[in-house]
Amino acid sequence: MNSAIADFLIKIAHLSAGQQWMAYTVAALVQVTLVLTVVMISVAVFIWMERKIAGRIQDRLGPTRVGGRFGWLQSPADGLKLLCKEDLIPAQADRVLFRLAPYISFCASFSAMLAIPFANGWVAARLDTAVFFVLAVTGLEVFGVIIGGYASASKWSLYGAMREAAQVVSYEIPLGMCVVVPVLLAGTMDLVDIGNAQSGWCWNWYVFHDPFTFVTFWIYATCATAGVNRAPFDLPEAESELVAGFMTEYSGFRWSIFMMAEYTAMFGVSALAAILFLGGWNGPVPVAHLLGLTAIDNQAVVWLVNVLGCANFLVKVFVGIIFMMWLRWTLPRLRIDQVMAMCLKYCVPLASVMLVGVMLWAFTFPGGLLKSIRPGQARASQIQRPTAETDADHMSDVGWVERSEPHQFFDNGMVGLAAGLKTGPLDPPYCLQPSPIEKRS
Amino acid sequence: MDLLTQPVGLAHYLAVGTILFVCGVVCMAVKRNAVGILMGIELVLNGANINFVAFGAPFLRSDKQFAIGLDGQLIAIFVIVLAAAEAAVALAIALAYYNNHATIDVDRADELKG
Amino acid sequence: MEAIHWHSFFFLLFALVACVFAVAVVVSSNIVRMAFYLVISLSAVAGLFFLAGADFLGAMQLMVYVGGTLVLLVFGVMLTARGPFVNMQTSGGQWVMAVIVGGALLAVLLQTVWGVDAWWGRKIEHVNSQLAETPPTATPLGMALMGIRTDRVGSPAAGECGYLLVFEIISVHLLVVLVGAAYLARAKRNPRKVAAAEPSPPDSIALQSLTLNRDN
Repeated sequence: MNSAIADFLIKIAHLSAGQQWMAYTVAALVQVTLVLTVVMISVAVFIWMERKIAGRIQDRLGPTRVGGRFGWLQSPADGLKLLCKEDLIPAQADRVLFRLAPYISFCASFSAMLAIPFANGWVAARLDTAVFFVLAVTGLEVFGVIIGGYASASKWSLYGAMREAAQVVSYEIPLGMCVVVPVLLAGTMDLVDIGNAQSGWCWNWYVFHDPFTFVTFWIYATCATAGVNRAPFDLPEAESELVAGFMTEYSGFRWSIFMMAEYTAMFGVSALAAILFLGGWNGPVPVAHLLGLTAIDNQAVVWLVNVLGCANFLVKVFVGIIFMMWLRWTLPRLRIDQVMAMCLKYCVPLASVMLVGVMLWAFTFPGGLLKSIRPGQARASQIQRPTAETDADHMSDVGWVERSEPHQFFDNGMVGLAAGLKTGPLDPPYCLQPSPIEKRS
Repeated sequence: MDLLTQPVGLAHYLAVGTILFVCGVVCMAVKRNAVGILMGIELVLNGANINFVAFGAPFLRSDKQFAIGLDGQLIAIFVIVLAAAEAAVALAIALAYYNNHATIDVDRADELKG
Repeated sequence: MEAIHWHSFFFLLFALVACVFAVAVVVSSNIVRMAFYLVISLSAVAGLFFLAGADFLGAMQLMVYVGGTLVLLVFGVMLTARGPFVNMQTSGGQWVMAVIVGGALLAVLLQTVWGVDAWWGRKIEHVNSQLAETPPTATPLGMALMGIRTDRVGSPAAGECGYLLVFEIISVHLLVVLVGAAYLARAKRNPRKVAAAEPSPPDSIALQSLTLNRDN
């Protein structure tokens, strides 16, 4: 998509070769603005939703005055109030680090959104290691918290920051193990391909693939909630114990940046859950496929189908977020030792057992228990990745797969075992694909 | 500017690795804080990692007969893992030192001095 | 003017960030600022890994090194950064010695690096097509760790085996490190033994130090 926008700009502005960088910069800015807009609007909606849901669970109404009966304008009003607040920095605080900390958190949370697809092919940066990248970048959010906690020069902030760092870093381990399960089932870390592998009816979703994945989904939900410091794991922000944890000294705009970072992280892990376990942009009923729309090659129809997929995806993300909010206002808070015990004594062993279970299941039933149509597979091949003009003489010099016959891979017994581990009617893993030269010839 | 319009080669990556390595060495030599010395060690290891990965990239060099392929990245993986392990142990040592001597200054660890 | 070579542009960006902040780590005297600069420098190094075609390794650097090892380092900084007010500046003479030695090492290494002609960018042909076709490395790396080198199938025996033994050794090594670090950093629980063994300050110095003293 980046090159499409850039090519369009170069064409209409007749840019010379030396000026093309402007077109590429504008194209990148457009994509970033798009993702940022979606995320920011979602955050505003989440804040309103949180207050409404909290109110209803606590048997009251929530905001009802600002902007009509449902308090629609409560979020913008809150934002405006926070912008107008006095900007306080503690006298003994490290000024540079204090100012920088919220932006580190926000950048880390937002960078994870760059690799998350909202529909088939609708992703800002299509990475081959998208899952790993999202996990890695989400884990960087802890630095903003630590730096903010330290730079506040306050006991409460430092304790809160240390607790949060310990919690987030500890829960990354079972989170990573839970995430490996759908990656194992799909055979790829590319989120677009994982989403397409679950196309069709709702029983194709990985959460219904086998009992181990079902349990893994709930472990993932627990670990993700802990990873974004939502109750019942929100001890770092415990209002009743640590004032406000690492956010004690932050007021006004800086606090709102921290809040945006937290809600963006919630959006991120919820989106990851939706794609990895709940089928992503595929609805429970493959409406577009049944109507025959997926067979049409028209660009407008593809766009329409993708809009439908994006709506599906956003519904699932919102369901995940509502689930997290529901948990927050229902369950009491865990102590920090209970949080760590839960991670190390319960989540890690359970996740390990589930991983082994899924491995055995995939080995025993390579095609899955149910054979079903996957209409997304056909369309996946139509999504072209940008490739440069290839030169057959030089292709063998590039990359890690040498020019060789595909059957050669199966002569080695170990490779045969590896080949037997592929699951379902999906493509073999990358290394067993013939090299690009073979595909073209 | 030539650097912006021409492709960069292996030499540029290695130069970056060298600068990081030398910064790490100077950091290890100069810092009195034990954790500061650890940071020097991390810089050294990352400089070496950049070297490994750059050598493993197939499109950065024109002498194909010396290409090492995936070996570069594999060795870098092991370096990262070992660096994490070594940082954990070194930090445990630094914390034990701090707990016993009430200071993190390594210049004060001179009880064995003749 | 020619079109910008984007790989070179991003390489320059990440390389400058990495080098400038590495120098800042050396020059800075505040330990917390040093840790912060190190985080930025190593994140830029992850960017360099992505540019050099190692996508899996770049993500691994971000997750394991920056998100794990550096968090550990920052924890260590937080626990030890405060204490009795003490001047931890290095004397000028030591700085001069270090800079001379470091400068000499830098000169030697740079001269070696810039000496090989085949490593310069202008000698490489068909860079754009090679760059665009950089394949994903996650699965070949995984297979190599299991002992199968998918990039060397069909070549002579040397270099055909994978890294399975190294992988197993590293696993045991990590277990040993886990146990050893936990043992080294354990809190002494027997007050009688501690009082009898050494007349040292109580063992919770680290926690006591979380006060508002601000120093190096």
